[in-house]
Amino acid sequence: MDFTAFLVQCLNALQYGLLLFLVASGLTLIFGIMGIINLAHGSFYMVGAYMAYVLAPIVGASFGGGFLATLLIGVSLSVLLGYVLEWAFFSFLYEREHLQQVLMTYGLILVFEELRSLLVDDDAHGVASPEWLSGTIPLGGLMTYPVYRLFISAVCLIVAAGMYYVFKHTRLGMMIRAGSTNREMVQSLGIDVTFLYRVVFAAGVALAVLAGMIAAPVSSVYPGMGNSVLILCFVVVVIGGIGSVRGALLAALLVGAVDTVGKVLLPQAAGVLVYVLMALILLWKPEGLFKAG
Amino acid sequence: MKKIQFALLAWALALCTPLAFAQSTTKIKVGLMLPASGTYAALGTAIENGFKLYVTEQGGKLGGREIEYARVDDESDPAKAVDNVNKLLKRDNVDVLIGTVHSGVAMAMAKVAKETGTLYIDPNAGAGAITGSMCAPTTFRSSFSMWQSAYAMGEVMAAKGYKNVVTITWKYAAGDESVGGFKEAFEKSGGKVVKELNLPFPNVEFQPLLTEIAATKPDAVYTFFAGAGAIKFVKDYAAAGLKKSIPLYGAGFLTDGTLEAQGADAEGLLTTSHYADGLGTARDNAFRQAYAKAYKVEPDVYAVQGYDAAQMLAIGLNAVKGDLTKKAEFAAAIEKTKIDSPRGPFTLSRSHNPVQDIYLRQVVGKENKMIGIASKALADPGRGCTP
Amino acid sequence: MDRSAALFVALVFIALALVPLVAGPFGIDLVTKIMIYAIYALSLELLVGSTGLVCFGQAAFFGIGAYADVLLSPHSGAPSLLWILPACVLCAAGAALLIGALALRTKGVYFIMVTLAFAQMAYYIAHDTPLGGGSDGIYLSAKPVLGQWLHLDKPVVLHDFTLTCQAAVFIFLALMLRSRFGRALAGIRVNEQRMRATGFSTYPYKLAAFVISGAIAGLAGFLFAVKDGFVNPELLGWHLSAAVLIMVLLGGLGHLRGALLGAFTFVLLQEFFQSETIFGAFAKHWHLGFGLSIIAIVAFVPRGLVGVPGQLRERLLGRAARSAKKLPDDFF
Repeated sequence: MDFTAFLVQCLNALQYGLLLFLVASGLTLIFGIMGIINLAHGSFYMVGAYMAYVLAPIVGASFGGGFLATLLIGVSLSVLLGYVLEWAFFSFLYEREHLQQVLMTYGLILVFEELRSLLVDDDAHGVASPEWLSGTIPLGGLMTYPVYRLFISAVCLIVAAGMYYVFKHTRLGMMIRAGSTNREMVQSLGIDVTFLYRVVFAAGVALAVLAGMIAAPVSSVYPGMGNSVLILCFVVVVIGGIGSVRGALLAALLVGAVDTVGKVLLPQAAGVLVYVLMALILLWKPEGLFKAG
Repeated sequence: MKKIQFALLAWALALCTPLAFAQSTTKIKVGLMLPASGTYAALGTAIENGFKLYVTEQGGKLGGREIEYARVDDESDPAKAVDNVNKLLKRDNVDVLIGTVHSGVAMAMAKVAKETGTLYIDPNAGAGAITGSMCAPTTFRSSFSMWQSAYAMGEVMAAKGYKNVVTITWKYAAGDESVGGFKEAFEKSGGKVVKELNLPFPNVEFQPLLTEIAATKPDAVYTFFAGAGAIKFVKDYAAAGLKKSIPLYGAGFLTDGTLEAQGADAEGLLTTSHYADGLGTARDNAFRQAYAKAYKVEPDVYAVQGYDAAQMLAIGLNAVKGDLTKKAEFAAAIEKTKIDSPRGPFTLSRSHNPVQDIYLRQVVGKENKMIGIASKALADPGRGCTP
Repeated sequence: MDRSAALFVALVFIALALVPLVAGPFGIDLVTKIMIYAIYALSLELLVGSTGLVCFGQAAFFGIGAYADVLLSPHSGAPSLLWILPACVLCAAGAALLIGALALRTKGVYFIMVTLAFAQMAYYIAHDTPLGGGSDGIYLSAKPVLGQWLHLDKPVVLHDFTLTCQAAVFIFLALMLRSRFGRALAGIRVNEQRMRATGFSTYPYKLAAFVISGAIAGLAGFLFAVKDGFVNPELLGWHLSAAVLIMVLLGGLGHLRGALLGAFTFVLLQEFFQSETIFGAFAKHWHLGFGLSIIAIVAFVPRGLVGVPGQLRERLLGRAARSAKKLPDDFF
């Protein structure tokens, strides 16, 4: 493989990993801070992708808004959705055993899939990427790299930086970190944990929805698209360490690299390699690469 | 309390006994096992519509007997396939099995049909095994085999003078058969498949492989993808800038039912398939008009396949005057008849697969316009079928 | 031992034995499937209900048992039950040993996710590699026989054989849970730290439970492959892992008869929501009703159906009735 091809494969791995990080970060936050296993997280990703599909024409028709307007509206809607979901459903899961959480959120996946089928349809659909991002960058010879994929990577990096800033340099971030280590203590200090959890959950949902929305032009929307993402997210969270956003980033990049390398060198084993990676890391560190925080 | 539990158990067990006994012998029960949910739902609906259209055109009767239907949603899930077929056969007591879209599910149908000697017509699934290792005198196919459209494209690309080609598809039975058929025709004429790229089904992360293609610099690329994968691949291929530099060719389903989503990225693509838009024959026009009138949408290749499945059933039933126990005569009648299909007339091979013209089509706007015949009266070799 | 529970179980087995006499071919098929799922659920009950290990990858062992049957069966001629059944069970047990050795290094939520991930690994091996035969699945060429009279390709024979296996597994587990080993598992479930504090090395016990559970799941998978004559990667998929968890919870954790009840109710619930006679065209959206039912059941009947009589009794007769009831020493 010549140098340009190698460079492009690196970019592929990076973009894939970063997108996975965006989805997985929401999962690890909800996991780490609220202690809920949420199998429906993949469904949020799907909701995001379908929002991109459904909202784009509406936004365009009602006030001529484009891609960024759709993104903004979609993410705002998702924060609302997350808030309502937490209040109506997930808040009942905190005191429950993990098995019950697993099964209730599994039921939620089924409900989301059927709602999708009823509200939209069962077909696969494409979503157009915006004009100003549709170009390609030539990289010598026949190689080009789509600008839109660079955009995806950029968004993920910005969000990662934003999350870092919030955690390390704001009061909210401090409360979140404290809440993940010791919920009761935080409560007894007078901080409204219910409100905190609701915010964190809404943020987790928004992250997954954002990932789905920006990925939609690249992945297209189709039934069951949330399931494959969900399992990979679980692997990322297990490798990275529950509750650790830093770990999720590293793990997602590792998974992206392994997947890309696998596709090129060992196409048959590509699906399995990621799990082998997970098994090896668990042998070395059963609790994942990083602790929560 | 244990009495309540036991009563519940007994009641529930009683539910298991079939509620409906065998129908009176005047009606023929057709069992439709098609996807009603999931990505293939629209295809299942098209097949069913096509089938019912033909039956309605015959006045609701085939071979002098009225047709009634039993339906099961196979959900395109091979894990439930045997259960679903058994529902149709044992619970609903159907006389004929029709289905399905997904090859894995159809393979289970073919096996159960063969073991029970039930009449089975496959209106889509292109797996070679169905008219190959699982072939039976009572099993018929009204659609195509993966090998056929691929072989035809191999001949086309060889004729265009390409020497080095890269193939790319999913690593599963349908993909393997497609590439196999293509390779057979292409390499026979002196061309070479320099690389066979694949990724696990139904993965759609094509980027690393597109980079591989660009690095290999072949004369052209042959591909097979369907559904969501086809949409994404065509778009990714264009987005990677490859569309301008390395021409892309595909077997039919790359652009069937996906043009709306693919948009301008699919413009000008050449594919081979057993059906196309703009055939212009009287038969096709009549069919398209009737279908559009009845269902308010344009028909597609799946509707044609369903329509032809009903035609085949009618031919057989007419020959045996509605007596389905005469299986040998039933088969013989269909084997020697030329089926007047909207796609063009076709006959059946020894393994009951259509021997048909494969068209070369080009994407023009939202249509796959026929621009020529890629391969005339192409027959699937039916490897593995021992009569 | 709770006498009413034992009587209930005995009645269930007798009813199942009588099924071939009253039901048609579809009914026999359905009941055989339910019994296979019941064996599958019993295997998970050992892990989740008795040892407190929530395994989200049980389908891996089920699927391995099924695939082993297809891959080990010769292409022509029926294999003898005497070697192929133990072989398949051993394959599943072996896989459980490997996976358990790694997975049991983790605890709690991690364990759940890790078992899910390993099951996915097995799924992809079956789905993508030549070993598994691909996403379309593989045919079973011949179903096993034992001597002249036990031909498993006959539905009634398979039904009776499955019933025998189910009874054997039930009795085996009931005896095992009463033994010292079973008591140790119960101790681990209640408070593992305390067990370790008293000097008990819990890891070998957990691993043993995991392997036995995997072996039983493999048996269920083997029977499933024989019944269908066709296996495909979805048998290792996480939906089947979730299904058996639902069955066990639905029936009632901590009770072996809960696994039987749960398998039965689960299949009937699915059939109910899929029924076109009840729901008409909406039946294709059966996942909606089914998903809502799961949520409702877990939310409102967390002790499962086995606990329903007790809950009803509490509601009707008040607290006094509850204290009068024996402490739950019955896991039967």
